[in-house]
Amino acid sequence: MTLLLVLPLAVIFTQALSKGWGAVQDALAEPDAGSAIGLTLMVAAVTVPLNAVCGTAAAWCIGRFRFPGRTLLTTLIELPFSVSPVISGLVWVLLFGANGWFGPWLDRHGVRVVFAFPGLVLATVFVTFPFVARSLIPLMQEQGASEEEAAITLGAGGWQTFRRVTLPNIRWALLYGVLLCNARAMGEFGAVSVVSGHIRGQTLTMPLYVEALFNDYEWVGAFTVAALLSMLALVTLALRLLLERRVGAGRRMHA
Amino acid sequence: MNVDLRDLRKQFGPTAALDGLNLAIARGEFIALLGPSGSGKTTLLRVLAGLDFVESGTIEIDGRSMHDVPARKRRIGLVFQHYALFRHMTVARNVAFGLEVRPRHERPPRAVIRARVQELLQLMGIGDLGQRYPDQISGGQRQRVALARALAIEPSLLLLDEPFGALDAKVRKALRLWLRDVHDRMGLTSLFVTHDQAEAMEMADRVAVLRAGRIEQVDTPDRLYAEPANAFVHEFLGESVRLDCTVEAGMARFHGMPDICVPTGSRAGPAIALLRPHEIGLLPGPGPMRVESVHASGPMRRVRLVLEARIIEVLLPEDLALPTVGESCGIDLTRARIYPAD
Repeated sequence: MTLLLVLPLAVIFTQALSKGWGAVQDALAEPDAGSAIGLTLMVAAVTVPLNAVCGTAAAWCIGRFRFPGRTLLTTLIELPFSVSPVISGLVWVLLFGANGWFGPWLDRHGVRVVFAFPGLVLATVFVTFPFVARSLIPLMQEQGASEEEAAITLGAGGWQTFRRVTLPNIRWALLYGVLLCNARAMGEFGAVSVVSGHIRGQTLTMPLYVEALFNDYEWVGAFTVAALLSMLALVTLALRLLLERRVGAGRRMHA
Repeated sequence: MNVDLRDLRKQFGPTAALDGLNLAIARGEFIALLGPSGSGKTTLLRVLAGLDFVESGTIEIDGRSMHDVPARKRRIGLVFQHYALFRHMTVARNVAFGLEVRPRHERPPRAVIRARVQELLQLMGIGDLGQRYPDQISGGQRQRVALARALAIEPSLLLLDEPFGALDAKVRKALRLWLRDVHDRMGLTSLFVTHDQAEAMEMADRVAVLRAGRIEQVDTPDRLYAEPANAFVHEFLGESVRLDCTVEAGMARFHGMPDICVPTGSRAGPAIALLRPHEIGLLPGPGPMRVESVHASGPMRRVRLVLEARIIEVLLPEDLALPTVGESCGIDLTRARIYPAD
């Protein structure tokens, strides 16, 4: 079992280094590689903060209030996980593509969504939305609103209450959600593939670039970028273990 | 602070949490809100603190309507049932919170805040716990921290929601006297929610008895016990013996006891008579009652009488001649309070 898990990783790194360190450096020096890495970082840089804010807001609403449609909202948050990533991508093409609902209108105003950066961000935001909200909802439900109410009766305003009371209480769970969100945002393939249009040097993110190189039999390049992504996964895994311990400790303290 | 609550109403779905509630609290008073769970006690506190809102009615503090004053500007201290301490802050930071969040021009300098916090912690008898976290101290200590935190903002009114609910009986008892002492020394005006009638009677200047969102009676503990306004208050405030009766021409007559009648001002019709067990006298037999058992109960003797299928418990002082088990006897119900049956 361990072999099954470790073997692919080992293969990726050995394949990347099969023609020596120089080949790796050359592969990374490739302008298209640079643009793929840059694009991935950009997409993550927009997606992750956006989902951190929206996810926290959603979790706060669901965790703190009882309102009609609350269960529905909780289910909707989960939607991106139960829908195939391909569909998550197609939706945006149908909405904003050349023949989509808003496509012609956007075209007239010179805005490109599909096959461009905004499309990649939209698809990624959609796919990664549940991570932050899901890691916060159970915690916020469990903690209840009384600390926030106490802060308000002591004279704190909304922002002060959030910054001094709410945020410190959820910080580890939030970080955990952000971490998972980031890992997925950088690694997402399906949804992004549909909206990307596969324009080299322009709309290829790292996972898409790996595929493109692979299809062109550029083994070293493909595996070099894949190795980069794997390292991201390993770092994520390590941080995740660390955070899970913190979140667990925080909950026990509360109970 | 004079607090004046008039005709407060609030619905939670089909049930009324507050149903035309009126209450006036004078400066310096310590009032206990007593009632069964679901009677609206906590709702009333939350409404006063500005965390919940009424559908109608007015809340005035020193003549000023609180209608448009948000919770954070009311300066009403609220001690939550489960303390709601900020778990990621030290005890000292918890207490300092209300001062630290003030706008810059109102905020005291750091050194002043620190001194004030220390002073409060000393006053609460926990001067050496400032650097601990809430999960590192006991329940009773948390209670004191919660109180110190609420007092730091110099509240015009202090609200306490079952503050001793989560503590064991011994700690509870000690804290009662201590809290009352803090109230007197700091010149506070306090409203204290509890469902423990002994607690309310022991601590409060006046006790307000709540039922289903209304105040049934507000009075000093003595008067409340001696002159309950209705059957609910009577039964809620201590052991009660309840007997069905009928009022006719100013006389209450009891079922199964044709010889007994008690004069009353209550209206004619079906009624109930209520007495404390020690208010019932025993008359030498023969009579309608049979003595079933006699037990020691502190300085009193608890006598169980049987009338048809009913059991009536009577408390007699131990120096009185005690009946023997199996004996037949009569009872004296002249001290009964008669209320119309509802």
